[in-house]
Amino acid sequence: MNEIIESLQFYLEFPFVRRALLVGVLIAFCSSLLGVTLVLKRYSFIGDGLSHVAFAAMSIAMVMSLSNNMLLILPVTIVSAILMLKTGNNTKINGDAIIAMMSVASLAIGYMVVNKNSDSPNVAGDVCSTLFGATSILTLSELDVILCIAMSIIVLVFYLLFYNKIFAVTFDEDFAKATGVRAGAYNMLMAVITAVIIVLAMNLVGSLLISALVIFPALSAMRVFKNFKAVVICSGILSIISSVLGLFISLLETTPVGSTIVVVDITVFIIFAIVGMFIRGVKE
Amino acid sequence: MSLLACENVSLGYEGKTVVEGLTFNINSGDYLCILGENGSGKSTLMKTLLGLRTPMSGSITMGDGLKKNEIGYLPQQTIVQKDFPASVKEIVMSGFLNHSGLRPFYTKEEKNIALDNMKRLGIEDMGKKCYRDLSGGQQQRVLLARALCATSKMLLLDEPVAGLDPKVTHEMYELIKSLNKEGITIIMVSHDMHAALKYATKILHVSDKPEFFESTNDYLKSKTGKMFTSDNGGGN
Repeated sequence: MNEIIESLQFYLEFPFVRRALLVGVLIAFCSSLLGVTLVLKRYSFIGDGLSHVAFAAMSIAMVMSLSNNMLLILPVTIVSAILMLKTGNNTKINGDAIIAMMSVASLAIGYMVVNKNSDSPNVAGDVCSTLFGATSILTLSELDVILCIAMSIIVLVFYLLFYNKIFAVTFDEDFAKATGVRAGAYNMLMAVITAVIIVLAMNLVGSLLISALVIFPALSAMRVFKNFKAVVICSGILSIISSVLGLFISLLETTPVGSTIVVVDITVFIIFAIVGMFIRGVKE
Repeated sequence: MSLLACENVSLGYEGKTVVEGLTFNINSGDYLCILGENGSGKSTLMKTLLGLRTPMSGSITMGDGLKKNEIGYLPQQTIVQKDFPASVKEIVMSGFLNHSGLRPFYTKEEKNIALDNMKRLGIEDMGKKCYRDLSGGQQQRVLLARALCATSKMLLLDEPVAGLDPKVTHEMYELIKSLNKEGITIIMVSHDMHAALKYATKILHVSDKPEFFESTNDYLKSKTGKMFTSDNGGGN
């Protein structure tokens, strides 16, 4: 045990590890907050869809060799998020089909663009690291960290200020609208924030695994807790614990960061599912 | 002036008219029942009254100082709500949001009103319970309490007894009746003929030729009423 703590202390002396830890915690926390609403509104797949769009945008940005990738990735993802959430209800193609369509289309286009146009010697490696995060969380620049902190604060403030409205719109959009709450505006804001978080989270777990950060903590919390507030708080805490634990394990065992965090999330989910079953069993 | 008046309103979607020539008015304290067969446009009318849709033509005017955010709404349950982790209190309180503007928290006064409304509906000791663990009748009471938090003037009820057993259905109707007696205007969409005749004061029959009746007696005497009551095995 001492050995583990010592080697963790050793790692934590490096600024890049501390940065990774900070960013990891913030992103995990924000995505789990959004996750509760997205899961309950049956939009679990939006994270997946958006991350693929972000991947395509990143590939194109890479090929265009833009000085700052974010300038292309962020707007493209935000627009897609709005499209996905807006078309959810009343169009000829269903919301889930639109998400699936955009998701797989951007994955294909993204890979094709990179494969044909990249002058990097290791295309497969580049793609793999974008998709699975690989080590990018450990190579964050100061700007990335500041951007991440700022975004997290914005998400948190938004969530606190509009918590009750978010609940109302999630639980019953028609009622909210009918009684004069501007549900459309909240959905739009939600879409924009989701997009931003997804783009930030690409650094942490890569674009293929982002959904896990969004859905697992919320689903775990829902196994055990029965009111909205407790679910939100619990999912935030679980997400932070999982990402810290995942990051430490990946440092100690040299496993890939993204997938380690996701595996921890899955383990937590299984534990909570069993606890939930037990609680319900006792009651009956 | 009436609380709500519809003048020659036509409804429909995607350019297809479902109902046209709807003309009726509701005064404060009325109990209007909207009857009609499935697909006749009852729910579309409801959504239009709530401002969720715009009518294709005609006008809907609110009078007597009724504002758009003073209509309480009891919707039909959605799939999302079936496994939603929310406590009764959280749901009831969310009825206040239409008045809270940008204020992020509920006031003490609102908390008290919410508790009063829960008492009115006999669910005051369920505040901490999880919505999805309640029975159908209890869930309806929770949603009704939420609607009461949103308004003290007018309630729109969309099939309030759908899926409830006869005993609970009766309790629900009595509850709605007592709210109406307390001065709340009720608009109820239903295809429960007997309840409509028993409780409502005005009846709107929605079909391709909608008809409005100022009293249940007028309705019973009318051709539509006779046809519909006999179709429903009426007379008991």
